[in-house]
Amino acid sequence: MITFTINDQKVTAGKGWTVLETAREYGIEIPTLCHHPAVKPSGACRLCMVELKDGDWSKLVASCIYPVAEGINIYTETPRVHNVRRWILEMLLASCPASPEISALAEAHGVISTRFKIHDPSQNCMICGLCQRICEEVVGLSAIAVVDRGVHKKVGSPFMRPTDVCVACGCCLTVCPTGAMQNIFDTVRGEPKMPLTQLAM
Amino acid sequence: MHDNALAVESESLCLRSLDDLNRFRKQIMDKRDPDQPEIVVCHGTGCLANGSAEVSEAIRSALEASGIDAKVFPGIKTTGCQGFCSHGPLVVIRPQGIFYQNVKPKDAKEIIEKTIVQGDIVKRLLYKNPTDGKKILHEQDIPFYKRQTRVVLHNIGKIDPTDICDTIASGGYQALAKALTTMTPEQVVTEIEISGLRGRGGAGFPTGRKWRSALNAIEKKGRPVYVVVNGDEGDPGAFMDRTIMEGDPHAVLEGLILGAYALGANKGYLYVRAEYPLAIKHLTIAMEQARAYGLLGDNILNSGFSFDARINRGAGAFVCGESTALFTSIEGNPGNPRPKYVRSVEEGLWGRPTVLNNVETWANIPLIVNKGGDWYAAIGVPHSTGTKVFSLVGKVNNVGLVEVPMGVPLSTIVEDIGGGVPGGAPFKAVQTGGPSGGCIPYELKDTPVDFDSLTKAGSMMGSGAMIVMDNRDCVVDVGRYFLRFLEEESCGKCMPCRLGLSRMREILDNFSEGKGSEKDIEDLLSLSKAIQDSALCALGSSAPNPVLTTLNYFKDEYLAHVTRQKCPAGVCKNLITYQIDPDVCTGCTACAKQCPVSCIAGEKKKPHAIDTSLCIRCGICMDTCKFNAVNVI
Repeated sequence: MITFTINDQKVTAGKGWTVLETAREYGIEIPTLCHHPAVKPSGACRLCMVELKDGDWSKLVASCIYPVAEGINIYTETPRVHNVRRWILEMLLASCPASPEISALAEAHGVISTRFKIHDPSQNCMICGLCQRICEEVVGLSAIAVVDRGVHKKVGSPFMRPTDVCVACGCCLTVCPTGAMQNIFDTVRGEPKMPLTQLAM
Repeated sequence: MHDNALAVESESLCLRSLDDLNRFRKQIMDKRDPDQPEIVVCHGTGCLANGSAEVSEAIRSALEASGIDAKVFPGIKTTGCQGFCSHGPLVVIRPQGIFYQNVKPKDAKEIIEKTIVQGDIVKRLLYKNPTDGKKILHEQDIPFYKRQTRVVLHNIGKIDPTDICDTIASGGYQALAKALTTMTPEQVVTEIEISGLRGRGGAGFPTGRKWRSALNAIEKKGRPVYVVVNGDEGDPGAFMDRTIMEGDPHAVLEGLILGAYALGANKGYLYVRAEYPLAIKHLTIAMEQARAYGLLGDNILNSGFSFDARINRGAGAFVCGESTALFTSIEGNPGNPRPKYVRSVEEGLWGRPTVLNNVETWANIPLIVNKGGDWYAAIGVPHSTGTKVFSLVGKVNNVGLVEVPMGVPLSTIVEDIGGGVPGGAPFKAVQTGGPSGGCIPYELKDTPVDFDSLTKAGSMMGSGAMIVMDNRDCVVDVGRYFLRFLEEESCGKCMPCRLGLSRMREILDNFSEGKGSEKDIEDLLSLSKAIQDSALCALGSSAPNPVLTTLNYFKDEYLAHVTRQKCPAGVCKNLITYQIDPDVCTGCTACAKQCPVSCIAGEKKKPHAIDTSLCIRCGICMDTCKFNAVNVI
């Protein structure tokens, strides 16, 4: 067992646990968007940043991937942590204005408006990559890809061509935190081997 | 390449010992006549773009046509970048070191007839020192070269990078032979530790310590271990690594093999930007030749140590220069950084212990092994030993490649070697470290250029790009430029970087249009801090640096944009007006002829005027005017 502290509270974790897993075990809330227990953590949304302190020295680490270690001191509600959360949520409010889930999460952290321009009022995909990871890691198919890079990054199928690799299992729809996959799904899936309606029966 | 032919004649090229190498080296040297003149034409990418291939061809033809006595027949050698890029194509006549610049193919005949045959100088091709207007005859007397300390670049511009014999003649592979025959791997690592060498790729991590940690990781996890060259140089304005790979590929290779020997690696990778075709070509030739001579591959120099390497062409993304993104790229996946808090020396390529070093770092290794860690540590300053190669670009007279000992003042590089800003005004700032670095203002011109001092000034060493700016460069515009670059080049995986950089740019875009408030500047600072704190990799966490340093040193200029709607540098188009000073204007009509929207009117020989309602603020009038009558207000 590994013993350390979160917000000065003594906690114990198993070997190989992450800080986030330990915090959740103890009911300590850390917000996340790209984390899902079914897939490996990817550290994309950075909402789960926490402050690692050692005396005067400190740095922020992503709790979803930071491995626990004996004697570390983690703080989940510091000004630096709040500053990161505030800006990520404020930017997400402008990038995914159509997502009530993101609005609710932002509100829960005191972010109720955004200073940034809204370019696409209908957007609700924040490119957390959960759909792609579940398809690759759990379903084993990679019908979904996160293509391009930088500001042009988007979710689609490999090379943005509809793919018949998709078996319409619906895993991506289930894990999508904002429901954005419902709009993307049809662009991923090519000529279905089996119509969706038939699958549902 | 005639030396190559010599070796091919012998049945096996394979060198089997240090003695073999030395014998072969002597053989090459004996064939050479030290008095034979040599015409060296720079074939670096810069000079090639300026037409140096045609120049060397013209020299070859002129030489053949001249019918010179065979006994003193000069050799023609094409080399890697000689550094003085803004004056290319460059031609140097050795052994005298006569330096001709801006040589055109039509000059070839004159060079041969005058300099080679008659021993005369072609004066108009000499370099003119802008400070005193005097022409300088010899390469070594030109201030640009005189004040440099060429250690890593010592071979570049002297050897033909496509001929291993030339490298061997100048001492190449001596370090490898020395290590394989007289040193244990442990001794090699110790020597690197003593040297104090720090990684030249940006962060400046001590190379010896990296290798030591890798050895510790190997102890725990066993082999295989990999050695990798990071040749994915991508900072705007940076071309140090390209030059080393193009001009002295064997130095990089020898360094890599030495690293492999020290760590017990049998496989290495050279990750080179696909946009560096000449570097890839020269490295490929170098590797083929090294293999043929038994310096790479199985049982190197009959020592029992085997190592081979392959070239991976970069995947065309700046972010692939980040270590973990580079590994995922080599593994065949999209170049996204890995979200791991495990160091690459423990878990790098294919999940194995890996030592990744920058091109320049690897090129330093043979020098250290050859001359000793103490020799290296004596160059530079404590904690930043050795020399560093910088590419000096922007508003500076002598654009090119510069190598100086660590710790020289910034002004030495920019003013003494670089010749200062054209026109003689002091520089405004120097951007070091590319998009991850920052701007150092003129007031800090005495800052010693070493890892720690630059970091203290808010910038960083980075890979060594130095962009010089003058008072016509706007800091808001510079910030926008780097952010736009990174927006496109970030992998886009983590949200602070993907969303944050474009939102930062959005705020700066507003500034450049005179919109914004002091509150926006505060927001910019706070958002920058959030990105620094939370981005997944160093690309994102260092991305706000150019904005943060300019905000620190040039806050007034930001304030001028947001509170007075003025761009003091005259760059942000929405905030400037062009005006013709009637007292200075001679009415030459040059500006009116060039104006693309015909908004300049006036009678010939009488002052002209700009109709500001039609003006698109392109600035062509200002560039055209020979009398400095056009001003920005």
